[in-house]
Amino acid sequence: MKLESLRGNLIYQVALLGVVALLASTLLSQADQLTGADIAAAEARDLQVSLAQVLPEGSFDNALAEDSLLLEGARGPVRVYRARLEGRLTAVVMQLTAIGYGGPIDLVMGIDPEGQVLGVRVLKHKETPGLADQIETAKGRWIFSFDGKFLGDPPAEDWAVKKDGGVFDQFTGATITPRAIVGALRQGLELFAAERGRLFGASETQAGEVSQ
Amino acid sequence: MSYWQITRDGLWDKNVVFTQMLALCPALAVTSTASNGLGMGLATTAVLLGANVLIAALRNFISPDVRIPVFIILIATLVTLVDMALNAWLHELYKVLGLFIALIVANCAILGRAESFASKNPVAASALDGLMMGLGFTLALIAIGGVREILGSGTLFRDAHLLLGEGFRFLELTLIPDYKGYLLMILPPGGFLAVGFLLAAKRMIDLRAARAARAAPLAAPAQG
Repeated sequence: MKLESLRGNLIYQVALLGVVALLASTLLSQADQLTGADIAAAEARDLQVSLAQVLPEGSFDNALAEDSLLLEGARGPVRVYRARLEGRLTAVVMQLTAIGYGGPIDLVMGIDPEGQVLGVRVLKHKETPGLADQIETAKGRWIFSFDGKFLGDPPAEDWAVKKDGGVFDQFTGATITPRAIVGALRQGLELFAAERGRLFGASETQAGEVSQ
Repeated sequence: MSYWQITRDGLWDKNVVFTQMLALCPALAVTSTASNGLGMGLATTAVLLGANVLIAALRNFISPDVRIPVFIILIATLVTLVDMALNAWLHELYKVLGLFIALIVANCAILGRAESFASKNPVAASALDGLMMGLGFTLALIAIGGVREILGSGTLFRDAHLLLGEGFRFLELTLIPDYKGYLLMILPPGGFLAVGFLLAAKRMIDLRAARAARAAPLAAPAQG
């Protein structure tokens, strides 16, 4: 057969590899274009749902995902969403990233004007299934252990997993994931403490009522 | 090779995990519960089927000398496409299976089937081979996950409703109430233990079957 003799030819092999790689990358970039908008929309929906989960019910009436600002954190910019009820700032939601075992873990943390944690949720992660995925609310209750905490209770130096001398549980067989999350939350709260004046300060004329 | 033989090979005789000893990384990593095993198994089956069909269709164009990189590009592309499509259009399912899909690229069982079957056989046979090898892999992962979950946490198919929908909640059993859990089985060593003992059990069944097959022709004339 003609094809069979051709397959042994070095140039045919080079061309084959080239064509396959070219087709694969074309296909992938096309698929990325095709799915990009839908993926972004699905993630935006997830974000709105997650943002609402870390705030008390009825504590806001604005479109959270569209009302945000960037703060300059220790490890790059941190997006902060503002929850308002009848125009009054009632809480903020910080979007944080922890570096876990399988890559970045995207988190949101709701904080009230006093700096108290209203709730924490994981948006996206690639941690090991069965070991570290208890950070999802569907599979574990660990993520609720931050509710009502603030820097001071426990004190800042105790915001760590028990293995590191802190107060938060780690998981059996998975310490890196909880350690990363606790660390990111602590940094988020420290950033909140530093920027609280700006968030609830002079520019927010009605914010004064909230903190009284 | 007959379709019956392909089916038998995939499910038992050449089972990916228990005979070929391939794909041990995902087999050990995700099988802390039977549900996780099922999820990984089904996602792998889908990719295995697609990869086998694709490679069987292109087998005459692929030079033996550069087949491995070509297979790897094709498989990685396929996995990425599945990942994107699920994320965009079946987002709820993606939230459950997404974790597993990323692990499939590194699954040597898929490259193994491409190399040893799909590159030498027509499309229909390769499709069946992919399906059966995938189902065999799924059954193996459920068996490993089941053993680890029962011994480790006293439940079976915990969280199955996350994977299959609310209708499958009946699968979720608590076999040992008030069980404190046997940590070792959930941790990686438990994976090795479960694979080892299940492997020994399969060998025992196979050896016994072989002995019975040898004894049968001798016994037959004696019966007249």
